[in-house]
Amino acid sequence: MEIIRQTVDPQVTGGDQSPDDFRIRQLRARDMLRGDLPDSELEQYVQERVITTTVDRATAWAQSNSLFPLTFGLACCAIEMMSIVGGRLDIARFGFEAFRASPRQADLLILSGRISIKMAPIIRRIYDQMLDPKWTIAMGACSSSMGVFNNYAVVPADKFLPVAVHVPGCPPRPEALMHGILQLRDQIEGKAPAGSRERYHAQGTEEVIGSDPGVVDAVNVFGAGDVTNA
Amino acid sequence: MPDADGLEMLAQRIRDLRADAVIEVTHNHGQAMIEVAPDANREALVVLSEQGYSFLSSLHGVDYYPDEPRLGVHYQLLDMDRVDRVGVKLRVTLDDPAVASVVDLFPTADHHEREVYDMFGVVFEGHPDLRRILMPEDYQGHPQRRDFPTGGEPVIFTYNEPQTPGWTQ
Repeated sequence: MEIIRQTVDPQVTGGDQSPDDFRIRQLRARDMLRGDLPDSELEQYVQERVITTTVDRATAWAQSNSLFPLTFGLACCAIEMMSIVGGRLDIARFGFEAFRASPRQADLLILSGRISIKMAPIIRRIYDQMLDPKWTIAMGACSSSMGVFNNYAVVPADKFLPVAVHVPGCPPRPEALMHGILQLRDQIEGKAPAGSRERYHAQGTEEVIGSDPGVVDAVNVFGAGDVTNA
Repeated sequence: MPDADGLEMLAQRIRDLRADAVIEVTHNHGQAMIEVAPDANREALVVLSEQGYSFLSSLHGVDYYPDEPRLGVHYQLLDMDRVDRVGVKLRVTLDDPAVASVVDLFPTADHHEREVYDMFGVVFEGHPDLRRILMPEDYQGHPQRRDFPTGGEPVIFTYNEPQTPGWTQ
């Protein structure tokens, strides 16, 4: 959330340097409450202490910083998911540590593992039981692209759920899952994802298809549909 | 594992009960195996459990495609006193995949037979509750048969993404 704060004269606002400054601020607050502050000083007082934003952004800020994941593990990825609550990574730093035992109280569904076609309707039902707003993270290769279980028994999560974030890996490290959750947080707040290409000024190095005329300087690794070198 | 003589003696005890029951006796990959006629599995298991092999440690299905008869059922028996194992197998055709259930002899066979039915389509006659156990109830086909398509979906990578336009919808 963008915080609009006017810079004010440090002489007036004071820092926390000395007890005297604190005493001055206390007296000004008392004057303000009594209505004794003159108009110019009152305006400055308000600008120092009030943050203005929109309701949407304030709710998004609140929602994104208190995601309650559902206590729900599917397979081996769930072990990695559990470890993000532990002391080493400690997802509680960001406010996501409250794993709720009921889908009614949760607003983040982490699909941590493979989803069989028999399990898919159950997961869909759990998702439907969650209250809006709700988000889904597909964790690991199986729930994103079926991974090594690309056969008759497994479905990818995209087939029956809207997935906000895919976390690749088999299984993803807990750090990766945490990065995924933080990406989701940025998504909820409406921030554009700051990709690594933008960060490292590496635009134009995408591995793309040769048939795409839009990207001129792109590195074509495989060629269009050519799987021999893949 | 019973040695060649021991296995032949076991087979002979089955033959004593029913002359045409045993088809073949083999040692393969360190396993003693008695192949019996498809309708003689109960007699064989009763005789072997009287000989001490009284614990059915496993029951599984096999598809021998393209050999005929295609479907097979393997029983793994364990003698828990001597820690000795012997296997019994039988083969049935796709047209008539009926095998007598052994649930009343070995209650553990209940879920095993349901799984073999689910995955291979072997019908166990006399089973108390022969339903699918792993696949959904309305599933068509028996997915572990070797002529069953593997299924799955093409995984979208960047190189084959344009071949499936609109895959995100």
